[in-house]
Amino acid sequence: MTAKEVRELDRVVIRFAGDSGDGMQLTGDRFTAEAATFGNDLSTLPNFPAEIRAPAGTLPGVSSFQLHFADHDILTPGDAPDVLVAMNPAALKANLADVPHGAILIIDSGEFTARALKKIGYATSPLDDGSLTAYQVHAVDLTGMTMKALEPFGLTRKEASRSKNMFALGLLSWMYGRPVDGTVRFLENKFATRANIRDANVTALKAGWNYGETTEDFAVSYEVRPAPMPAGRYRNITGNIALSYGLIAAARQSNLPLFLGSYPITPASDVLHEISKHKRFGVRTFQAEDEIAAIGAALGASFGGSLGITTTSGPGVALKSETIGLAVALELPLVIVDIQRGGPSTGLPTKTEQSDLLQVMFGRNGESPVPVVAAASPADCFDAAVEAVRIAVTYRTPVFLLSDGYLANGSEPWPIPDLGTLPHIDPDFATEPNHRGDDPEAAEFWPYLRDPQTLARPWATPGTAGLEHRIGGLEKADGSGAISYDPTNHDYMVRTRQAKIDNIAGVADLEVDDPTGQARLLVLGWGSTYGPIGAAIRRARRAGHHVAQAHLRHLNPFPANTGEVLRRYDRVLLPEMNLGQLALLLRARYLVDVVSYNQVRGLPFKAEELAEVIMKEVDQL
Amino acid sequence: MTATELGMPGLTGVPTTDAPQTKKDYTSDQEVRWCPGCGDYAVLATVQGFMPELGLARENVVFVSGIGCSSRFPYYMNTYGMHSIHGRAPAIATGLATSRPDLSVWVVTGDGDALSIGGNHLIHVLRRNVNVTILLFNNRIYGLTKGQYSPTSEQGKITKSTPMGSLDAPFNPVSLALGSEATFVARTIDSDRAHLTSVLRAAAAHRGTSLVEIYQNCNIFNDGAFEILKNRETRDEVLIRLEHGEPVRFGPNGEHGIRRNPATSGLEICSGDDPNVIVHDANAPDPSRAFALSRLADPGTLARTPIGIFRQVDRPTYGDLMNDQVDHAVDTQGSGDLNALIAGRDTWTVE
Ligand SMILES: Cc1ncc(C[n+]2csc(CCOP(=O)(O)OP(=O)(O)O)c2C)c(N)n1
Ligand code: SF4
Ligand SMILES: [Mg+2]
Repeated sequence: MTAKEVRELDRVVIRFAGDSGDGMQLTGDRFTAEAATFGNDLSTLPNFPAEIRAPAGTLPGVSSFQLHFADHDILTPGDAPDVLVAMNPAALKANLADVPHGAILIIDSGEFTARALKKIGYATSPLDDGSLTAYQVHAVDLTGMTMKALEPFGLTRKEASRSKNMFALGLLSWMYGRPVDGTVRFLENKFATRANIRDANVTALKAGWNYGETTEDFAVSYEVRPAPMPAGRYRNITGNIALSYGLIAAARQSNLPLFLGSYPITPASDVLHEISKHKRFGVRTFQAEDEIAAIGAALGASFGGSLGITTTSGPGVALKSETIGLAVALELPLVIVDIQRGGPSTGLPTKTEQSDLLQVMFGRNGESPVPVVAAASPADCFDAAVEAVRIAVTYRTPVFLLSDGYLANGSEPWPIPDLGTLPHIDPDFATEPNHRGDDPEAAEFWPYLRDPQTLARPWATPGTAGLEHRIGGLEKADGSGAISYDPTNHDYMVRTRQAKIDNIAGVADLEVDDPTGQARLLVLGWGSTYGPIGAAIRRARRAGHHVAQAHLRHLNPFPANTGEVLRRYDRVLLPEMNLGQLALLLRARYLVDVVSYNQVRGLPFKAEELAEVIMKEVDQL
Repeated sequence: MTATELGMPGLTGVPTTDAPQTKKDYTSDQEVRWCPGCGDYAVLATVQGFMPELGLARENVVFVSGIGCSSRFPYYMNTYGMHSIHGRAPAIATGLATSRPDLSVWVVTGDGDALSIGGNHLIHVLRRNVNVTILLFNNRIYGLTKGQYSPTSEQGKITKSTPMGSLDAPFNPVSLALGSEATFVARTIDSDRAHLTSVLRAAAAHRGTSLVEIYQNCNIFNDGAFEILKNRETRDEVLIRLEHGEPVRFGPNGEHGIRRNPATSGLEICSGDDPNVIVHDANAPDPSRAFALSRLADPGTLARTPIGIFRQVDRPTYGDLMNDQVDHAVDTQGSGDLNALIAGRDTWTVE
C-alpha cells in the first residue's frame, strides 16, 4: 500500500442524506463532535421530514444533516455541499439539485436495486446511465460491506444493515483525517448494556475507515486544520440546548425557582425535554393539556414567585395570546419562547421561518405591548434567554424570546461563558406596605404603585403578611389597583404600560460594522439571518464592495439609535425569512424606505445568493 | 395547632396562626357588586365565615377565579387573589399550587367557566389531583353575559340565544368529575349554610383536588332553578342527603330508600325500610357506586338530587409528586452545578 496523497483544504461542506431510519442525524452529530474537538470552526443544518418514519426509500422520507467545517471563522452551514453522502436513490434524487458540478458523491450502490429505483421514478440507474458524469462519483456498496464486516456477529440482516451509517462515518472520517476515538467512546456508552450491538457498530466504523485507507477508489484524503479561535474552553452546542441552559442560568441569576409549563410542539419540544432533565437545579416542568394551560400554569407560578416560562412554536403562541394579554395586565414576569417554524397553520413543522414577528408584536387584543428579544445564532440563544429573563423580572412583564427551527437544531462551537459575567437579576420582592391612606396609622399595600424609574409595579407574593391583594384582567386604578372603569384612568394606564416597555433600560445601541467607513448600504437583520448575512457581506467585501452590517437583538423596544442608524445610509437592505415583517415595523416607526429581500423556503438564506443581492444593491447606489 | 393536627391533610405545609380570626378578617374593603338577591352573596358569607375555622395564616390563602359573575369572588376575600381569564383558573392554580405547597389555593368558577370554555382544564386538574379546592357555582345559566343557556341548562331551555329552546343535553358536573378521576366530589346548595360549611370543611381537609358543586340561584336570569330543592314544601321529597356510612334514605320521614337492582345492577328507589337500602361509602375505591348515585337526579326537574360528599379517596397529589421528583434529583445527584451543566461532556481548549 502506497501512502496516499493528503490535500489541504480551508473548508468543507458535507451533507449526509438517507432515509429517516438510516441514522443520518446521529452520523452528522458524531462527525460534528469530532470536528469540534479537533478545533475546526463549524456550523450545522439538520433537515428532516415532519413524518417520523415516512415510507422507506421515498423522497418525503429523506433526512439530511449538513455540516460546514473550516480552518477559519465561519458563519453558516454552507450553501452547497462539497460532498454528498447518499445512502439510497431517494437521498440522491432529493439532494442532487443542491450539489454543484465537480463535487464528490459517495453513494451506497448496494441500495440501488431495481425496486428502489422504480419507487422514486428513476427509469435507469444514475450510477450507470451517465447522468452523474459532472460529479466525482464514488459508488461504494456501503450496505454490502457493512454486512460482510458484521458477519461474525450473527445479527439479522436488518440489524446488521443498521450499522451502515457507522461504516459511512468511518469512511468520511478517514477522508478528512478525523479521529474516531470520541465516537467509539460514544458507542460504548450508548450500547453499554448491549455488547453485541456496541461491537458491531464499532466494527462497522473501523471497517469504513480501513476501507478508505486501503481501497484504490479513494486516492486522496483531505485535511482541514483547526481554526484559530480566541483562547478558552469550548463546546459544541445547538440553539435549543443553549436556550435551555440560558433559562436555567437566568433563574439562578435571579434566585428564582424556574417553572416551565409547556405542550409538545416541533421544534420547541427539545427545550421541554432538556429542562426536564435538570430537576436537581430545582426546576419544575409541567407538560400541560394544551398551550393555554401551559402558559396559565407558568403565570400562576409567577404569581407565586417563580420564574414562569412557557415554550412553544407559532401555533402554540396563537393559543397563548389571551393569557399573554392577562400577563400584560397583571404585570407579572413571564417568558414566552417562540421557536418559529414555517406557517401559516401547521405549515412546515420541521422547517425554519421568521414569520411570527408580527404575531408576537401584535397578536393580542387591546394595547398590549410585549418586549421581544431574538437570538442570532445557536450559541447566542443562551445570552438571549438571559436577556429575556432580565427584562421580564425587572419590568414585571411577559417577554417574547424568539428563536427558529434553524437555530434550534443547528449547532456551533461555543466559548463556555464565565458565569460570573452574567448579569445579576434582582426580583426585588415587595416586603412591606408602600402607601399610607387617609388613616396615617394604617399602612396599605398598593399593587400598582410603580417604581418611578422603571415604571415596574411591586411584586408581592402570597405568603407575605400584610400585602394581601387581588389582581386581575379588569382595568385597575393607577396605584391602588382597585377595579376602575374611569376613562381618564384607563387612558393613563394604557399609556403607562406602553411607556414602561418603551423605556426599558439596558437595550444596547444598535452597533454598525462598517470597516472602511465608506459604506452607503446598510444590511440590517434580526434573528437567525445573522450568519448568512454576515457570510454574504464578507463575500461582498472581498469582492471590493463597501457594506455596513447591523443586527437587531431587541425588536421591542428597538435600540434608541435605530432611526438614526437607518437614516445614516443611502439604502437599507433587510433580508428576512418572511414577507417583510420587520420592514413593515421599521417603515411605520422611522419612515425609512427599507428595501426588503424575502424568502420563505423553510431554509436559511444562502450566502452566495445573498451576496449577489447585496452587491447589486451597492452597484445601484 | 397545625393543619395536620387538625386532621386536615389538605392543608399540611400551610402556615397557621394562633391569632383569633373572624369573618371580618376575610372580608375585603371592596364593595360587593352582585345583583341584590343573588345566591353568590350567601356563598361568600359562608366562605368568609368558615375560613377563620381553619386557623391559617391569611397571607397563605389564595383565591383564583375565571370570568363570570361568580368569578368576582376573589375581590371580596381579604386574601391574595387573582381574577383571571375565562375558563383558565384551574390551569393557573395548578402552577401556583404545585410551585407553592405552602399555600391554600381555592378556585372559584361558574358552570360556563368550568364546563364550557374551561372544560379541558377542569378534567385535567381533577385527573392530576392538584391540591386545590374548586368551588363550582352552578346557576345553570350564563349570568355575566346576561342569560344565555349554559352546559348545565336543561334541554329545551328558552334563553336569548335559544328562543326556540336549547338543543344540547346538559352535563352533570358530579358525573363528569367522577369520570375524570376526581378524588373528592361533593354537591351542596348556596342557601344551606350548615351543609355548605360541612362540605367546605371536608373539601379543605382533603389533600388533592376537591370539586364542590354549589347550586346557586341567579335570581335575574334563572330564578328558582333550584327552588324544588330549597322549598320546605318540596325539598324533603326530592333531596337525598348523602352521609358517609349511613343508609341512603330520603323523604320527609325517610320513607324512600335507594337499593341496587340485582337484574340491572343499577340503583333504584325502594321503600325506606327495605333491608337492601344501600349504605353510602364515600371512600370506596371504585367510583361506580358514586357515579350511579350521581345519575339518580332527573336533569330536568332535579327530583332525587343527592347532595353531600359523593367520593373522597386518597391518591398522591400532582404537586407532591412533582416536588418529590425535584427533591429526589437533588438527593441522588446533588444540587445542580451550573458550570458543569453548561460545559457538558465534550469540551476542548484553545490555548
Ligand atoms: C374568551 C372569553 N369569551 C367569552 C367571554 C364572555 N363571558 C364572560 S362570563 C361568560 C359566561 C359566564 O358564565 P358562568 O361561568 O356560568 O358564570 P356566571 O356568570 O353564571 O357566574 C362569558 C361567555 C369572556 N369573558 N372571555
Ligand atoms: S346575573 Fe345572576 S349570577 Fe350574576 S350577579 Fe346577577 S343574580 Fe347573580
Ligand atoms: Mg353560570
